Amino acid sequence: MVDVLVIGGGNAALCAALMAREAGASVLMLEAAPREWRGGNSPHVRNLRCMHEAPQDVLVEAYPEEEFWQDLLKVTGGKTDERLARLVIRASSTCRDWMRKHGVRFQPSLSGALHTARTNAFFMGGGKALVNAYYRSAQTLGVQVRYETPVDHIELRAGRFVAAHAGPLRFEARACVLAAGGFESNREWLREAWGRNARGEWPADNFLIRGSRFNRGTLLKHLIDSGADAIGDPTQAHMVAIDARAPHYDGGICTRIDCVSLGVVVNRDAQRFYDEGEDFWPKRYAIWGRLVAQQPGQIAWSIIDAKAVGRFMPPVFPGTQADSLPELARQLGLDEASFMHTLDAYNAACRPGTFDHTVLDDCATAGLAPAKTHWALPLDTPPFYGYALKPGVTFTYLGLKTDEHAAVHFNGVPSDNLFVAGEMMAGNVLGQGYTAGVGMSIGTAFGRIAGTSAARAAMKETAHG
Amino acid sequence: MAESRVIPIVPLSAARAEVERVLTICNACRYCEGFCAVFPAMTRRLSFPAADVDYLANLCHNCGACLHACQYAPPHEFAVNVPQAMARVRGDTYADHAWPPALGALYKRNGLVLSTALAAGLALFLVLAVIKQGSLWQPAVGGNFYAVFPHGLMVGLFAPVFLFVVFALAMAVRSFWRGVSPGAASAPAVEEAARDALRLSYLDGGHGEGCNERDDGYTLARRRFHHFTFYGFALCFAATCVATLYHYLFGWQAPYGLTSLPKLLGIVGGVSLVVGTVGLGWLNLTRHPSQGDAAQRPMDRGFILLLFLTAASGLVLMLVRTTPALPLALCVHLGSVMALFLTLPYGKFAHGVFRGAALLKWAIEKRRPHSVVMGE
Ligand SMILES: Cc1cc2nc3c(=O)[nH]c(=O)nc-3n(C[C@H](O)[C@H](O)[C@H](O)COP(=O)(O)OP(=O)(O)OC[C@H]3O[C@@H](n4cnc5c(N)ncnc54)[C@H](O)[C@@H]3O)c2cc1C
Ligand code: SF4
Ligand code: SF4
Repeated sequence: MVDVLVIGGGNAALCAALMAREAGASVLMLEAAPREWRGGNSPHVRNLRCMHEAPQDVLVEAYPEEEFWQDLLKVTGGKTDERLARLVIRASSTCRDWMRKHGVRFQPSLSGALHTARTNAFFMGGGKALVNAYYRSAQTLGVQVRYETPVDHIELRAGRFVAAHAGPLRFEARACVLAAGGFESNREWLREAWGRNARGEWPADNFLIRGSRFNRGTLLKHLIDSGADAIGDPTQAHMVAIDARAPHYDGGICTRIDCVSLGVVVNRDAQRFYDEGEDFWPKRYAIWGRLVAQQPGQIAWSIIDAKAVGRFMPPVFPGTQADSLPELARQLGLDEASFMHTLDAYNAACRPGTFDHTVLDDCATAGLAPAKTHWALPLDTPPFYGYALKPGVTFTYLGLKTDEHAAVHFNGVPSDNLFVAGEMMAGNVLGQGYTAGVGMSIGTAFGRIAGTSAARAAMKETAHG
Repeated sequence: MAESRVIPIVPLSAARAEVERVLTICNACRYCEGFCAVFPAMTRRLSFPAADVDYLANLCHNCGACLHACQYAPPHEFAVNVPQAMARVRGDTYADHAWPPALGALYKRNGLVLSTALAAGLALFLVLAVIKQGSLWQPAVGGNFYAVFPHGLMVGLFAPVFLFVVFALAMAVRSFWRGVSPGAASAPAVEEAARDALRLSYLDGGHGEGCNERDDGYTLARRRFHHFTFYGFALCFAATCVATLYHYLFGWQAPYGLTSLPKLLGIVGGVSLVVGTVGLGWLNLTRHPSQGDAAQRPMDRGFILLLFLTAASGLVLMLVRTTPALPLALCVHLGSVMALFLTLPYGKFAHGVFRGAALLKWAIEKRRPHSVVMGE
């Protein structure tokens, strides 16, 4: 029997497996995906949010605990456990050396996202390089890994882990870490959670999943059904507006549409529905998925003109291009009269100002609802471009309630040998909202804690015979 | 950017279209920007016409890091394989820019060309040796090569070939250089390009641990074996130059003693070249199958083999110079050298010249202001 069984194969699972192994435990990891798709959403990540009191290797200036905490408080609207959140924040300042020891490499932010060089450490080569490094280190240390082994249920005895089942296979262990991600690729669950809207639509049917198809939430559901304490709301998820042509799964970062703040966004009725210039795109990025999800048909179009070209991250698919706005409306299949009404009203409402897309400038609309409060330039320079947007789910927030030892709780009682890490418990810290890089901060902190706790639980059991 | 383009827009070949497709995905992703110069150069562009594709493809060192790190690598439906797409285009650029243009086709049949050149080179020297002496197995006094092939004959054979090689490569790189013209080279740009070429900066993986060969682990093996090969070649070349100076400037005739400068340079260079080519050959055989362009393996291997033969036969020659095997060993060595020289402009050697030019383009370009400015 192994000491520690780790279920999942992404960042949180790998951190747990490495820590448990370093603590002397024998470790077996069960990953649902085949080798080439291993790692869940983690191969898609780019960076890690890190607290630091002074400039530190790839991080510039300072990002003190209090500022990180305030940022988290703001995005979550208070839906966070301060004790666990502060634990994550502090751990984020010290984990990088351990990560480096296991082969993870960081790089200075070179382009496109310079403002994040203060708060976030970027992985050289992104998350896939990180996942590869951890797997190599795990192999060197003698962690056993089984791919294509989706666990479907767990045997529990009075709040204690006994064994995990994957089809006909049964895996016993002295302790277990659950790190099997969220449930964003469980289409039925998303459909059930989002329900049916007043228009009779099932909004979730039009969602695209930005990450892994293997995060089906099987274990999350199973544990909640088995009496584990849950936290969070199944409709809460990190959702961004992405190119409607993105693949159903694993579209990752490149399908983002970055030009929203430079133009206008209209829905299927050719109406604007939100202030596109509210704030810088990264800050507003995560609200547009939900905004689009609330529109008819869960679709919208970002419209820009030639002046915007070269001022935003290049899109992965070419936009629909036209030499006039009416022609663009026709090409996009939008009602020409309504579209022109919206665009003419917008263009007429733009007040002269000094345009600068690198600061919150003074180009705003007057007398328009909804207003566009920054970067409001008339769309008047052909060619015009349109990009269709759909909601892209990054990950879900519903998870298992836990404490500072990462224990799974049953009716408020912590289990002695069942632990949880990563997206399966991120909701404790991140009840809603999102701030870039905090998913990895949570997964790394709690993955490491869960691994240590599981090793300790397993050793204790061995010692007691 | 687009307005200042003076190069006509030409339709992309299949290989170039694939690089354009892949770079469009990379430009929206950019996770690999720390690995090498290709990615920062890419972010200065919004589209990838043929000349830019050729430039970026030659800036790629085929280190493989961005394949193993790619979230869109096969089996993902985006099927991004930057090193492979770049390698295919590099093959095309060598052929397309070759001088004279008709000989560009030699790249495609490189294996055949190499073996023919080798056979012809060997035959040439064997025949000459027999004509000159009537035998290939006889002691030459004091290891005197010129007793087998007079100095004038060797110069007469090699000098024109050498001059042709230099000229053909210069013409090829001139044609390549005209593609994207980043502007004039400043001294710091030249210095940086030279340093990056001589140190193979972009085979360090961006973190100093090297690049990928057979799997996702990093290794400095290729950088090191390439250094052995390159500097070995340079030392051998230097040995020849010094010997030429001795001959013409000072009238000192070969053979030179074991501790003479030409000999020392030659021995160290030869050993280094043997180590380097054996290493590179081994890496070529064991590399991850999806890295690079399999169709170019014969060219890579042919070139590695010729370099190895040249170096190894040179060392053998040194060992047997006082035995009756001298004439035969000399023929084999000179035949290999001749084959190597004849094929230099139409084989893997050209990559060094094109890469050097691409590095210089990058060193110039990076000193110019960005024309693409993203918002926050
Ligand atoms: C496009 C994209 C970009 C992102 N960028 C960032 C970023 O820059 N910074 C950041 O902090 N966060 C980012 N995130 C969020 C980040 O991916 C997550 O916070 C993090 O990867 C979660 O790690 P995890 O280990 O909990 O889950 P995952 O990495 O999703 O791993 C879950 C693992 O469990 C396995 N699994 C699932 N079910 C089972 C089962 N039943 N049995 C066995 N195994 C199972 C999966 O195959 C997978 O290996 C991004 C997410 C996406 C989709
Ligand atoms: S190689 Fe892949 S991961 Fe790297 S920048 Fe390109 S698309 Fe992104
Ligand atoms: S293979 Fe290496 S050198 Fe080529 S583009 Fe990728 S990272 Fe750069």
